Amino acid sequence: MRVLAISGSLRDDSNNTALLRALREEAPEGVEVDIWQGLKVIPPYDHDDDVVPGPEAVEAFRELVRESDAVFFATPEYNSSVPGALKNALDWASRPLATNSFRNKPVAVISSSAGAFGGVWAAAELRKVLGAMGARVTEAELSVGHAHEKFGDDGRLADDDVREGLRAALDTVVTAALDRAAAA
Amino acid sequence: MSTIEQTKQGIPTGTWAADTVHSSVAFEVPYAVATFGGEVTDFEATLEDGTLSGAARIESIHVKEENLQAHLLSPEFFDAEKHPVVSFTASDIERDGDNVTVDGEITIKGITQPATLTGTITGPAVDHFGKTRVGFKLSTTVDRTKFDMNWNMPLPNGEPALSNEVTLKADLTLVAQEA
Repeated sequence: MRVLAISGSLRDDSNNTALLRALREEAPEGVEVDIWQGLKVIPPYDHDDDVVPGPEAVEAFRELVRESDAVFFATPEYNSSVPGALKNALDWASRPLATNSFRNKPVAVISSSAGAFGGVWAAAELRKVLGAMGARVTEAELSVGHAHEKFGDDGRLADDDVREGLRAALDTVVTAALDRAAAA
Repeated sequence: MSTIEQTKQGIPTGTWAADTVHSSVAFEVPYAVATFGGEVTDFEATLEDGTLSGAARIESIHVKEENLQAHLLSPEFFDAEKHPVVSFTASDIERDGDNVTVDGEITIKGITQPATLTGTITGPAVDHFGKTRVGFKLSTTVDRTKFDMNWNMPLPNGEPALSNEVTLKADLTLVAQEA
């Protein structure tokens, strides 16, 4: 089983990307977590460019989602909402709505921020967007506040509760993907 | 002169199946300041020894806006991939002249809830091809949230965009099946 992991942050030292690296460490046997870092090369959405085939980077992203059994998001919060680059990529991926690659795809959303609330509003907004796209939004939930304090000097996750939260979130989305595969 | 001859009153016995060309299954839901409607085109219905049953493939739902149609099929509404069929069954049918009350159960998204449909019954009557037909025109109102359809969005005035109360309508022409 392949789980595509997408960080909503582009920066090298992103806490959300670091959470996804920890998630990859927690993947059980038979589950491969692939961290995608192509967000920066997705062009701004333009209806005039939304033709078949679409821009190369967009088509590659759509195909990556299509080939994955589940998608796992870790997002920061910008101005109480989803980072623009992530929303832009999803706007591309959602087209056309009836057949888009996220349709019925099990997804999990977690968030983190340097503040106390851990990006809960961004996570809620992201779930709303994914639901509107037709994704199968699971109940996986983890918002990590004061995220910069959760990592050791080596950059690895040093908080057992967060690590357990990651395992639970991954288990939720993997179970949804297995259920979907069994029903197919 | 009518081409249909009325033959008798009461709930007909025997086996009857829907003439789907002359039947429809539809819904209406208040949306913002208007009413939004649609129909399901792939369905079947039978009346067999006093039990009225129907099933519809939700992939055949049709509304006038394709993006809304896609949204209705998604997990936020019918979750057609997981629950492709909606169904209804009732064995408690009461007729009072042209009026009819049908007590039964509706299953949507894998969730079964009781429902009372009311409306009118016409026939049985013989049509101009010699087939015996009976017509049911039924409707009921359900709370969509009881079927795990909780999507909504607030309007600028804070009110929800979509009503939870949905009217379901079935206009059925059932044809007597030969024994």
